[in-house]
Amino acid sequence: MTKQVQQLDRVIIRFAGDSGDGMQLTGDRFTAGTAEFGNDLSTLPNFPAEIRAPAGTLPGVSSFQLHFADHDILTPGDAPNVLVAMNPAALKANLADLPRGADIIANTDEFTKRNLAKVGYPANPLEDGSLAEWRLHAVPLTSLTVKALETFDISKKDAERAKNMFALGLLSWLYHRPTEHTVSFLQTKFARKPEIAKANIAAFQAGWNYGETTESFSVSYEVKPARLAPGLYRNISGNQALAYGLIAAGVQTGLPLFLGSYPITPASDILHELSKHKQFGIRTFQAEDEIAGVGAALGAAFGGALGVTTTSGPGVALKAETVGLAVTTELPLIVVDVQRAGPSTGMPTKTEQTDLLMALFGRNGESPLPVIAPMSPSDCFDAALEAARIAVAYRTPVMLLSDGYLANGSEPWRLPEIDDLPDLSAPFTTAPNGPDGAFLPFLRDPDTLARPWAVPGTPGLEHRIGGIEKADGTGNISYDPDNHDRMVRLRQAKIDGIDVSDLAVDDPGGQARVLVVGWGSTYGAIAAGVRRVRAAGGQVAQAHLRHLNPLPANTGEVLRRYDKVLLPEINLGQLALLLRARFLVDVISYNRVRGLPFKAEELAGVIQDVIDSGDRQ
Amino acid sequence: MTELINGTGTGAGAGKGQGQGQGQGLSLVPKAEARQSLKDFKSDQEVRWCPGCGDYAILAAVQSFLPELGLKRENIVFVSGIGCSSRFPYYLNTYGVHSIHGRAPAIATGLAASRPDLSVWVITGDGDALSIGGNHLIHALRRNVNLNILLFNNRIYGLTKGQYSPTSEVGKITKSTPMGSLDKPFNPISLALGAEASFVARTLDSDRKHLQSVLREATAHRGASLVEIYQNCNIFNDNAFEPLKDPEVRDDITLKLEHGLPIASASKAVVRAADGGLEVVPRQSVDPARILVHDAHRPDPSVAFALSRLDEPAFEHVPIGIFRQVDRPSYDTLMAAQLEEAVAQKGQGDLAGLLTGGDTWRIG
Repeated sequence: MTKQVQQLDRVIIRFAGDSGDGMQLTGDRFTAGTAEFGNDLSTLPNFPAEIRAPAGTLPGVSSFQLHFADHDILTPGDAPNVLVAMNPAALKANLADLPRGADIIANTDEFTKRNLAKVGYPANPLEDGSLAEWRLHAVPLTSLTVKALETFDISKKDAERAKNMFALGLLSWLYHRPTEHTVSFLQTKFARKPEIAKANIAAFQAGWNYGETTESFSVSYEVKPARLAPGLYRNISGNQALAYGLIAAGVQTGLPLFLGSYPITPASDILHELSKHKQFGIRTFQAEDEIAGVGAALGAAFGGALGVTTTSGPGVALKAETVGLAVTTELPLIVVDVQRAGPSTGMPTKTEQTDLLMALFGRNGESPLPVIAPMSPSDCFDAALEAARIAVAYRTPVMLLSDGYLANGSEPWRLPEIDDLPDLSAPFTTAPNGPDGAFLPFLRDPDTLARPWAVPGTPGLEHRIGGIEKADGTGNISYDPDNHDRMVRLRQAKIDGIDVSDLAVDDPGGQARVLVVGWGSTYGAIAAGVRRVRAAGGQVAQAHLRHLNPLPANTGEVLRRYDKVLLPEINLGQLALLLRARFLVDVISYNRVRGLPFKAEELAGVIQDVIDSGDRQ
Repeated sequence: MTELINGTGTGAGAGKGQGQGQGQGLSLVPKAEARQSLKDFKSDQEVRWCPGCGDYAILAAVQSFLPELGLKRENIVFVSGIGCSSRFPYYLNTYGVHSIHGRAPAIATGLAASRPDLSVWVITGDGDALSIGGNHLIHALRRNVNLNILLFNNRIYGLTKGQYSPTSEVGKITKSTPMGSLDKPFNPISLALGAEASFVARTLDSDRKHLQSVLREATAHRGASLVEIYQNCNIFNDNAFEPLKDPEVRDDITLKLEHGLPIASASKAVVRAADGGLEVVPRQSVDPARILVHDAHRPDPSVAFALSRLDEPAFEHVPIGIFRQVDRPSYDTLMAAQLEEAVAQKGQGDLAGLLTGGDTWRIG
């Protein structure tokens, strides 16, 4: 029997199962195959903070969503076309997101009386007709896997655990994914347990063969490779891109990188990644706490290193005092905040944009610092370089606001040419700058207002810095009222004067009267929403802020150019507060704080509503 | 300059030897060409402690000691926290950071771990080091970061005007404890030994000779050295250590710790107790052969810990000197060794190779 092959332009798949079912790994592997095949893609891992929540329960459900297409896409997709549900909890937790008519592949082996009861199903939904509006494929994934592995010398438990590879094989068949990669991956992953490696590969192949032979699947799908800009690509997550960006920043500044960090979700992977690359002269220091992490980074910066600390919101709260010290001592420092849902512990594995005002204002005294935010996983690389540029050139701590969605999400990244990376070197001061051979540690560069960076080991430039107010120029302790007023203003002026590029506006029709502004990780969803509105004939302009402080010089002018300005944020309107205060523009906020990114369709609706309400006036 | 702080080769060979470490401490810090004097280390800043403060004596002792090391002045860094003692760096003509309350060990850790060519000092007090900064202190000690930590202990908060501190005796009447403090005090020496510090000593602000002899050993030690300095606050806690200074009694209550010598004062001696611990007995009544001989190099810190408990109840007899001095690799050395190891295994970092190192595909 030859099965029908149907062409699709894009597909959204969600793998969902128990935390222990290996859904993140399955998603990762499907993503790798998809990247290798040449589709554009975007991913959304979604997992509980508990490492192993009670098996089979709703809080234990872990999922991985992948959107892939034959054209460039901007988000991990709104609603899945296919849900792989490894147990009743996974079905129950995800069904609401699934449009009618979508495919459900359910592991029937796990739909036992006990498991159904655990999540409150009075009857088996696979059998009671309640899923009639979806295309249900009931597959005994576990028992098929165990049967396929009968001849292997492994435990029943190990055989059962390979069911995610069976599912991966089935999905790989269904969407014509290449298989070589997964086979070699499994060989490497289980290199020390060859029997387990063989079993997993066999399970993967059994899944593929099942798709090929069973009548449950009569159609398979093809999504052609995307036509992306020419270049060399790899798939990359935000945290990995950020780590690579920091490594590149070390190379491009010519400074040894020093990372002081304390483990925290969702930032820890940056520490993990950097600790693997010590051949770049990178020192990674897992500190006793968040405060020591930033303290050590600042100490290293005083010694001439590129000091970096990585954390999430609760860590930023703890580091605030040391960041203030970096502001007043005017030393370069990069503070990476991978934002997560708060307040307090909040929801550690869920995304949010709620640390913006803390980043800007969360310190005692007048304590200005630059804030920048990447807009996609791969953009974290460029954002890290930009943070380093500003930190080093202006001798200031810089706050980089990533978030959980960028950190764990991934997309294809067109690799930059190394020769095109910016030269970020800023030489240390090595000679006295004052009269009679004196050294004035707070005598500023007239252009940048940066002070000299004279590191220990430099003869003749011995000086003391600290948290107490410093006399302009000499840096000696000063309680003089006028001096303090001057220093407060100088520190502010230095940050205000940082050279940042103008805010670009995307308005292909040139007729838009509504502008959508965003910042950070919402870029993809906003741009996808804008596309939909334009495709439906609407006129809308889009601008996205990378620099939150200082704001681009043309920000006010851009905002005032439009009748209406819409600002979607995953907070309760933090940037809106700022833009309203700074520019007296009546920004329309759209806010959701559900721990999840916006959906394109949702934003398209919001944009259309704003356009329509404009028409009515 | 960039070469000085860059690269991975720094720290090679340091601390790898198996000796006792004496003289190793500053082997990576460049030496001054010319002879130095006290005035080389005085900054142009006016010293602003209360008249009569013990800090003056410590500052003078350190300023007159530093020339003896013969180090390039620009390779010395004093890092402090907050408190009266933490103004110290301003008065020394070296590099310095007056940082934030309790965090000096953390900041100094980043500096010392990345710059083995520096002599890094931490100046702290009992509140700064043991209250708000207690966590950083114990971790700097357990990691054996190459730091000389001088803990000025006056058993009171001075800069905030006289509240009890983590080393104040129970029942201390202060502004914040009008009915007496309730907290059991820390013994800084016991705490440091509990953190397995590789060098732990106690000295006295008024005894310059002893203070400098301890500094000599502390700077020769590679790794973390903690020196507790009993320091008099004549405003809020005057005469806290008077018995150790009073010529009438000091020789009787001071138990001098000198490696290889019996531990005794003029009238008392330390011996093994029947229960396995240590006890102080009248010196005349004991067979000299029974007096405990001090072994500062003993790998196991338990005897040093027992010695640190001898001043309870307070000040009947107080061990002064170096409790512990053992060789253990310094943190910067271990860190530098990993960087060298990474280069040996993978070659020098190659950015292009890193970026293209994963699974890539080409379009166009």
